[in-house]
Amino acid sequence: MALIKDRKLALDSWQLLEPGADGALPSIPAAGDVIVPLSSWQALRNELVARGDRLGVCLGGGDEPAAIADDLGRFQLIAVRFTSFTDGRGYSIARLLRERYRWRGELRAIGDIQRDQLYYLHRCGFDAFDLRDGEDVETALAAFNDFSEAYQTAVDRPVPLFRRREAAGSR
Amino acid sequence: MDDLLGGYSVYIYDEIDQRLVDERVAQFRDQTGRFLAGKLSEDDFRPVRLQNGLYIQRHAPMLRIAIPYGLLASRQLRALAHVTRTYDRGTGHFSTRQNLQLNWPRLEDVPEILATLATVQMHAIQTSGNCVRNITSDHFAGIAPDEIVDPLVWCEIVRQWSTFNPEFAYLPRKFKIAIAGAAEDRAAIQVHDVGLQAVKDDAGEIGFRVLAGGGLGRTPILGAVIRDFLPWQHLLTYLEAILRVYNRYGRRDNKWKARIKILVKDLTPAGFRDQVEAEWQQIRDGDATLTSAEVDRVTRRFTRPTYEKLEPLSSGYVLALGRDKAFASWVRRNVHPHKVPGYAAVTLSLKRTGVPPGDATAEQMDAVADLAERYGFGELRVTHEQNLLLPDVRQSELFRLWQEARGLDLATANVGMITNIISCPGGDYCSLANAKSIPVAEAIQRRFDDLDYVYDIGELDLNISGCMNSCGHHHIGHIGILGVDKQGAEYYQISIGGAQGNAASLGKVLGPSVSQDEVPDVVEKLIQVYLKQRDSDAERFVDVVRRIGTEPFKEHVYGAHQGPKARARQLAAA
Repeated sequence: MALIKDRKLALDSWQLLEPGADGALPSIPAAGDVIVPLSSWQALRNELVARGDRLGVCLGGGDEPAAIADDLGRFQLIAVRFTSFTDGRGYSIARLLRERYRWRGELRAIGDIQRDQLYYLHRCGFDAFDLRDGEDVETALAAFNDFSEAYQTAVDRPVPLFRRREAAGSR
Repeated sequence: MDDLLGGYSVYIYDEIDQRLVDERVAQFRDQTGRFLAGKLSEDDFRPVRLQNGLYIQRHAPMLRIAIPYGLLASRQLRALAHVTRTYDRGTGHFSTRQNLQLNWPRLEDVPEILATLATVQMHAIQTSGNCVRNITSDHFAGIAPDEIVDPLVWCEIVRQWSTFNPEFAYLPRKFKIAIAGAAEDRAAIQVHDVGLQAVKDDAGEIGFRVLAGGGLGRTPILGAVIRDFLPWQHLLTYLEAILRVYNRYGRRDNKWKARIKILVKDLTPAGFRDQVEAEWQQIRDGDATLTSAEVDRVTRRFTRPTYEKLEPLSSGYVLALGRDKAFASWVRRNVHPHKVPGYAAVTLSLKRTGVPPGDATAEQMDAVADLAERYGFGELRVTHEQNLLLPDVRQSELFRLWQEARGLDLATANVGMITNIISCPGGDYCSLANAKSIPVAEAIQRRFDDLDYVYDIGELDLNISGCMNSCGHHHIGHIGILGVDKQGAEYYQISIGGAQGNAASLGKVLGPSVSQDEVPDVVEKLIQVYLKQRDSDAERFVDVVRRIGTEPFKEHVYGAHQGPKARARQLAAA
């Protein structure tokens, strides 16, 4: 697994804690930066806050970003899990976190993350990508240059093309 | 660049529009290369190729080329002819979604095909996959006498918004938007995921009536109005709100329940509307709010034709009508009113018996491109009834055009008639199909080969789909035929009473499905009941079904106590 952050290969200092197959909360190590599932945050909030190290939370496609809206100051990272790259809910979650809840920290896409989705993920506000096993990093880094413009409003270009055209005096 | 398609009334790309399409070609070339080199698995390549219109079909890949809202310049149609001739077997299929499908391209060639298309400002972007598909519209947009708002500019604005929209590329399921702007709905907006009816308020301001949750397929349902009047400035933010609610809450656990119609049904239209409105309140008046400068810019890039001032009636035309019965029939069926006096719109029929509905050869495409230049402004339309339309023909030239169209086998005078069959490619090509469509269409056309009889039957929409995906829109055919699989054998379920347009309705299934051989008999029996029951020529087949119900039809087709097979045997013996 390789991590791309801010369009560069990066070292990953975070430990991703995942619930058991039966949904059981993962045990929390005493030290180290951890990303916990939303369910752990909701159940063990005080314990997690009391830990000294950095804390991240991971949302699934079905989770509501509103559930952590008041807690954003507690986290240094938010991850969104894609169980399959064809499950597009995470794209909306990312935009909501960035645009509605003003999350400015690291927003990491994890799970089935491949080269061919990076451009759209990036547009929706992800700045870190935990690539699926077997993905070639060099090939993946090229993905950010797939397109040089975009019509719509998104996180990377909050002003839509038509307003930028107008500003530039285009016919 | 601006002069590339000079003078025609399609939208002309600017440098950025062109660059995006070129970059898409490069992206897909790279993806195809990685797939062919074994670096991208079939599962990972599939959604990517689908968003470029590429299916893997029964015999070969099928490439669906976008024809945005059905509008084409002659130069573009020539490029389609070239691609059809060079990379396919010389025949293309115009679909009910106003696109063109090629059934025999080689996967390796597809990047090159897309590169060729890009040179004439065309592409296959988002013609398949679980994303926002090609925007469809009224094929009389801009020329219809009953038009309130020209929908084309709005179609293009929505096309740009939906193209490479990063948030909505992996929706629960495909998403189809249709926009209409006339008194009569000719874009079937009630059976789309989102239907937009452009209207004007009392102050003359343009806005949209917004319908959501319509669709055909396994669970046919008409869309519900979720907003009576959405001022045009809010079109994109409102669509974004709809799509976001759908993307987040639409079902993903079951492919057959993943369309937005199921979400709207589960939440109720009012509940769905409340969620959309709540989301919209968060984003309305944001930067995505449209400006009049943008609407003007897009409007100017549709270089509208300069019409001549003509007499409303040409004497040569009137004389020809009186002199030539076949011409008069063609005019009655295939020539349509135009908002500019002295002009008419002409359907070039792709429904000749013996030719799969919607199919055109490369030679025909080239010839039609020429006709569009000689008898118009070099522009033409693809209709959702799978015909081609010349939008701006001088009335005085109709007779000459008719003679030329006859020579090209494009003058079958059957628009709106039973033989103007709307049909998907069916099991001959499509790997999703349960049953064949094309031979059924042909058998019906052969059964109704007497034009006078066809005209006597009057207006009748007959639609055939080879499976529940309903590409032939059988639910909204006055007579709808659906291919079903019955223990491995191909059978056909017949429904009646469906309709498109303002009074859209979904057909009711008549009874047990029948074999392929029996279909023409069943259709003929339906017609017999209709002819017997109608109160005048003016009462159409579908009107009679609405008045008397399906029972008399059912009785005549199936008999009181026996199935159609027994009846057929009896008939054969008689």
